[in-house]
Amino acid sequence: MATLPNMQEKLSLDTFVRGLWEENPVFVMLLGMCPVLAVTNSTMNAIAMGLATTFVLVASSTLISLLRSWIPKQVRIASYIVIIATFVTVVDYAIQAISLDLYNALGAFIQLIVANCVILGRAEAYASKQRLHTTLINSLGMGAGFTVALLALGSVREVLGSGTLLGFQVVPENFEPWVVMILPPGGFFVLGAWLLLFAWLKQRRERRLLEQEGASNAG
Amino acid sequence: MNEPQLASAAPQTPGFRMISTLGAIAMLSGLLVVLVYQFTKPIIAENQRVAIEKAVFQVVPGATRRVDFILGDDGVTVPGEDDATGEKIYVAFDDAGNLKGVALASGAQGYQDIVKLLYGYDPACSCIRGIKILKMTETPGLGDKIAFDPGFLKNFETLDAKLNDPGDALANPIVAVKAGKKQSAWEVDSISGATISSVAVAKALDRSMQRMAPLIQRYKKDLSRVKP
Repeated sequence: MATLPNMQEKLSLDTFVRGLWEENPVFVMLLGMCPVLAVTNSTMNAIAMGLATTFVLVASSTLISLLRSWIPKQVRIASYIVIIATFVTVVDYAIQAISLDLYNALGAFIQLIVANCVILGRAEAYASKQRLHTTLINSLGMGAGFTVALLALGSVREVLGSGTLLGFQVVPENFEPWVVMILPPGGFFVLGAWLLLFAWLKQRRERRLLEQEGASNAG
Repeated sequence: MNEPQLASAAPQTPGFRMISTLGAIAMLSGLLVVLVYQFTKPIIAENQRVAIEKAVFQVVPGATRRVDFILGDDGVTVPGEDDATGEKIYVAFDDAGNLKGVALASGAQGYQDIVKLLYGYDPACSCIRGIKILKMTETPGLGDKIAFDPGFLKNFETLDAKLNDPGDALANPIVAVKAGKKQSAWEVDSISGATISSVAVAKALDRSMQRMAPLIQRYKKDLSRVKP
């Protein structure tokens, strides 16, 4: 696949930070919602899922970037899926070897990383066009952004839904946990609340920029 | 991609090249998966062994040692022997070498997937002494209560599993009843809101006990003779 040299991104801090903030896969791009809502009922699950996804994202993006000029355009999606599925299987065995309890808690969502659109999206939109080192850094950033987002949901849901954080009691004993928070609707509530916060922050920033412009124009 | 684009793009890449690319990628991924499988297999087996050991001591109160056997229609055999047919059982003893109970694995269809569990059967009182859910994907907050709800687990502290007069099946099948409606010693009080999961537990116990309780009672002497 011919790529124009001027499309190659220069490596900078932004390559990493973009995934964490400006293009956060969950809070900005709203990708990969299925695991985001499903496994964030506890902090531990969220961390494990985030790390597993990050590993698959980084490993598959790297390999795809390496093979990008060699894979014919017509079979690229099939190739990407096979590569992604391979790394998901690797993660699947690795988690079973690390902790069976964790593996049982995550259930089918480890295997479902194959279908996570963050990963295929990154492969198609970035790894298949960019050089190895920028791809590596960018996918690390995206993975970190995904993990942070899962953590943001998982910690809130665990504290409200079970009254614990990473298994430790953090709220007073007489607090009645909101069971709805660890059920699927709780995922939507918390995700909605986070999105609201981010939208508000964005609006506030834009308003301040406008005010500053107005002030400088007037002055 | 629309039709004309496909037609114009196709001649540029011969079919052979596409197939060989996919073949090479598939081979590469196959190799990687096999390597990881080989490497993690012993670790996973060890994890499972430790998990089972912990579970056995949990469902048979007072047990500190265990011996694995295969129990079938022809009696007790040691796992690994060629003619061993039957079900794997974990015979649990205390420090003094007294038979405390037998742990068995079973499973039944739950709300989402099969609920796999381990339970402890005490041949002396002909009752179930405890259960531990090994694997399930029941709804968090509702169905998954079968694993830890204290009221539900109380059902299995002494759940009746007596044999009938001919000694070839249970006298009373183990059944789940509506929450709070338990009347007899062989009934399981369901968790309200988790009826299907509760029924699955009762069904798993009943299915396994109907077959294995007569065998355990028949070969009880053989089991208690072995010392860990």
